[in-house]
Amino acid sequence: MESLELEIAEWRSFVGRLPAVDGRDVEELEAHLRDQIADLNAAGLAADEAFLIAVKRMGSLDGLSREFAREHTGRLWRQLFAGDDQQRAAAAGRWAEALLFAAGAAVTVLVALLVAGFPAEQPDWLYRNAALLVLPFLAGWFARRRELPWRAWLPPAAAFLGAAVVINVYPFEPDGATEALAAAHLPVVLWFVVAYPYMSGSLRSHERRMDFVRFTGEWAIYYVLIALGGGVLAALTGAILEPTGVDPDAVANWVLPLGAAGAVVVAAWLVESKQRVVENMAPVLTMIFTPLFALMLAGAAVSYAVTGLGGDAFDRELVGVFDALMVVVLGLVLYGISAREPSQPPDWMDRIQLAAVASALLLNAMVLTAMAARIGDLGFTANRAAALGLNLVLLANLAVTARLSTRFVTGRGHLHDLEHWQTAYLPIFALWAATVVLILPPAFGFA
Amino acid sequence: MQIDKDLVAASATPLVLAILAEGESYGYAILRRVRELSDGELEWTDGMLYPLLHRLHRLGYVTPEWHSPPEGRRRRYYAITDDGRAALAGHKRQWLTVARALGDAWGGSDALRLAPGGA
Repeated sequence: MESLELEIAEWRSFVGRLPAVDGRDVEELEAHLRDQIADLNAAGLAADEAFLIAVKRMGSLDGLSREFAREHTGRLWRQLFAGDDQQRAAAAGRWAEALLFAAGAAVTVLVALLVAGFPAEQPDWLYRNAALLVLPFLAGWFARRRELPWRAWLPPAAAFLGAAVVINVYPFEPDGATEALAAAHLPVVLWFVVAYPYMSGSLRSHERRMDFVRFTGEWAIYYVLIALGGGVLAALTGAILEPTGVDPDAVANWVLPLGAAGAVVVAAWLVESKQRVVENMAPVLTMIFTPLFALMLAGAAVSYAVTGLGGDAFDRELVGVFDALMVVVLGLVLYGISAREPSQPPDWMDRIQLAAVASALLLNAMVLTAMAARIGDLGFTANRAAALGLNLVLLANLAVTARLSTRFVTGRGHLHDLEHWQTAYLPIFALWAATVVLILPPAFGFA
Repeated sequence: MQIDKDLVAASATPLVLAILAEGESYGYAILRRVRELSDGELEWTDGMLYPLLHRLHRLGYVTPEWHSPPEGRRRRYYAITDDGRAALAGHKRQWLTVARALGDAWGGSDALRLAPGGA
């Protein structure tokens, strides 16, 4: 009997190491195994025979791992791929390719800077095209990595080409609002273009969309980390170079844009191959910042409700701030969902998240009222139209999010409704950003 | 008789839901019931049941809960929800349609005895 316990313990440790199986699943499977052994014992089999048959009936660990992985893709996110270690090593080992694409992005930016006569000259087209210089390399890298057939390269290539034409052919007035808006929204549009090769072209898949949301969140973390490290490096380099008479600013002027471009691909490569590192960080970050944001939002909602939003106190920058706030709240929600174990019942984090969403909604309702009054007084401008549009897009999302997460927290709904809503909504964001780039400038005379 | 793998997979969801509609149960007991119902003809790899149960939970068709009876082992019990019952009804309609069509095609109502309320 003792040897049976040992064998079960060993089996349990094997199963526990499968990527998509968590502790409670192991317990569930073990209970099953013990039931089976007990039944076989009762039928007259010896303990070791019963163990062997029970394990055999459970199925191969590979098959089990695959089935669990198919159901719990979120857990797998921590582990890269469902494949074996060898495949994993091969995928991670393709760093040279990532470096090549990163260098490509950096060189493209370098050429653009040279053509522009940087840093003495900093023409507007440079900023307008910044994302166009870099993101095609990210898309290309994903297309290579996912081993897409050449035909699948066409849609993203066409999208990049179309964006390049639009952003450079439109007769923007110098220093106009529409140009700034288009420049700010283009990276968003192009980011969604990157989603195409990322998802291997299967744009409708809910799971792939969720993966892309996760990727975006993790990528942002890695990018910030790289930027912080780069900042330290640049500061130290500057301090060291100073006595030699080299102007550190001149060096930084060149190194920073190139580094920023290359880091886009490098961060993506890190996300793809070093999941485990961030995996531990994402839930912690959400856990820290969701309550803080909920507190801040609730405080703001209360104080605005008390003081009111005066027409004068309320300017365009404030709308921008509110839009940014809502984007952050939505980001936290998405991040919370993607980092969450879907099968767990609602806990206090879900309630705090709901409180954050509800406060954001309340705040936004006040902002919208104030903005409607302002537009009523002063009419539409490109900036107001863009701010209002973004506000409405976010409002619609958060309103339904609040409803679904209330249902989930009160036990009348399911988390997957919320997940599906968020992934179904993604194209709306892309469409809105595209509208600001494509339609807003002509609608407001490129002013 | 070896039942085709795809057929086993396709029938797994309605079968599990139907068993849970009889009352809440846990993995091992569900498998025992499957063997019983099919006279041992339906052979599942035991481990595969659990990802299926987890999927049904994610879809909101079942709710899991750990029970530890005073004597005996701690187990995760699954109970069917209203959504689960609705899904089961949908599955039942589909299977009856398929069975009826096959029965008609093979001539005679005896070919497939799969009437509502029957086995």
